[in-house]
Amino acid sequence: MDFTLKVWRQAGPDEKGRLITYEAHDISSDTSFLEMLDIVNERLLEKGEEPIAFDHDCREGICGMCGCMVNGHAHGHQQGTTLCQLHMREFNDGDTIYIEPWRAKAFPVVKDLVVDRSAFDAIITAGGFISMRTGSAPDGNAIPVPKKSADQAMDAAQCIGCGACVAACPNASAMLFTSAKISHLGLVPQGQPERMRRARAMVDAMEEAGFGACTNHGECEAACPKEISMNFIARLNRDRLKAALVE
Amino acid sequence: MATGLLNYYRTSTGKKMVMAVTGAIIFGFVVIHMLGNLQVFRGPEVLNHYAAFLQGLGGVLWVMRGIMLIAVVLHIVSATQVTLQSWAARPEGYAVQRYRETTYAARTMRWGGPIILLFIIYHLLHFTFGTVHPTAGHFDKANVYQNVVMGFQVPWVAGFYILASMAVGLHLYHGAWSMLQTMGISHPGWNRWRKAFAVVFALAVTIGNISMPIAVLTGIVTLD
Repeated sequence: MDFTLKVWRQAGPDEKGRLITYEAHDISSDTSFLEMLDIVNERLLEKGEEPIAFDHDCREGICGMCGCMVNGHAHGHQQGTTLCQLHMREFNDGDTIYIEPWRAKAFPVVKDLVVDRSAFDAIITAGGFISMRTGSAPDGNAIPVPKKSADQAMDAAQCIGCGACVAACPNASAMLFTSAKISHLGLVPQGQPERMRRARAMVDAMEEAGFGACTNHGECEAACPKEISMNFIARLNRDRLKAALVE
Repeated sequence: MATGLLNYYRTSTGKKMVMAVTGAIIFGFVVIHMLGNLQVFRGPEVLNHYAAFLQGLGGVLWVMRGIMLIAVVLHIVSATQVTLQSWAARPEGYAVQRYRETTYAARTMRWGGPIILLFIIYHLLHFTFGTVHPTAGHFDKANVYQNVVMGFQVPWVAGFYILASMAVGLHLYHGAWSMLQTMGISHPGWNRWRKAFAVVFALAVTIGNISMPIAVLTGIVTLD
């Protein structure tokens, strides 16, 4: 397969970037999107050019490191898929593919397609934990958790923190990420003691990082590779209101 | 609690809550306003009698007007604040961005709002103050029925009201669903009904409002 790539190239955080056109010839339909970029990079290296920088790690769709805007879709057009799990057979031979980094003030570009997602770390640091006595593992069934709550908590806990929700949101809002993190702890008994403090601290950290405001477009949910529901955003709103009333 | 609420308002979630609560107040007004206006179909006596009843409320009417004014101002202020925050959140946009889920209604909230505000100002000048009534010299504060019919008999006025009602309908549709989400009114058992509620609600209000200029234009509602 042959593709024409329009890739965002930016030498550094303070440099001006622009879209550069590359031709990707003889790409197997079985290569993943990132493998296709690897091949393009090897050819660039052979020509003595700077390879395209992009984030990746597990390449199994579970770590949350990879992700770019591909033809205007976060992680590409295939739903419920990370970029590493997207294969070139999902494209047509001869397609022009735009590849851009996540765009948000809170996610500054480090280089080319690599963005700094420390803002998510700041949100987690603010309240994405439970305080407990460490030691030997407690007995598995010591704390009863209703099945429905456990299921919902697991749905929220699927978030891998890739940032696609922010990238796809017309407002560059981080509400889906933050709500998933607040919910997966807030739905189980272990998360109850710090529930109000957590809602307050994590929302505050989200605001401080410079993310936009949620206007319920639903683009986050559609872009999320883990298909996390925006009903968690309603849950966050409920918790944050309660937190304000008890403060 | 006071500092709690103040800190809450500093976040976008707090501002959105203000938008949702004031939006709910405005929804209530829009529905009552429409039900009152629909009395035009029951003839001049009924509508003018209803208008006289409202005027006769005196102080209560002014309290209601005050609440509406405050709600509208708070709605606009918080909307402006979250809009500016969101615009600042993406200084550099995409060369290509495609949407899958958002609606025309959702994307036009920010421009629909100011357009509706301009319409409301025109609407007040038209029917409340009578200063821009299309048939000059015929505005009669006590004869609301005549004002409505004479106004809507002018095609461009009726057309403008129809367009504005559609803009209000779009705003109401995304607003109604968005309000439930922002207020945290969500439950796995009935979440799928929230958008249906928004559609039915917005359609009912839009059809009710549009029916009046159309009825006058088509001669169903006449001066006598």
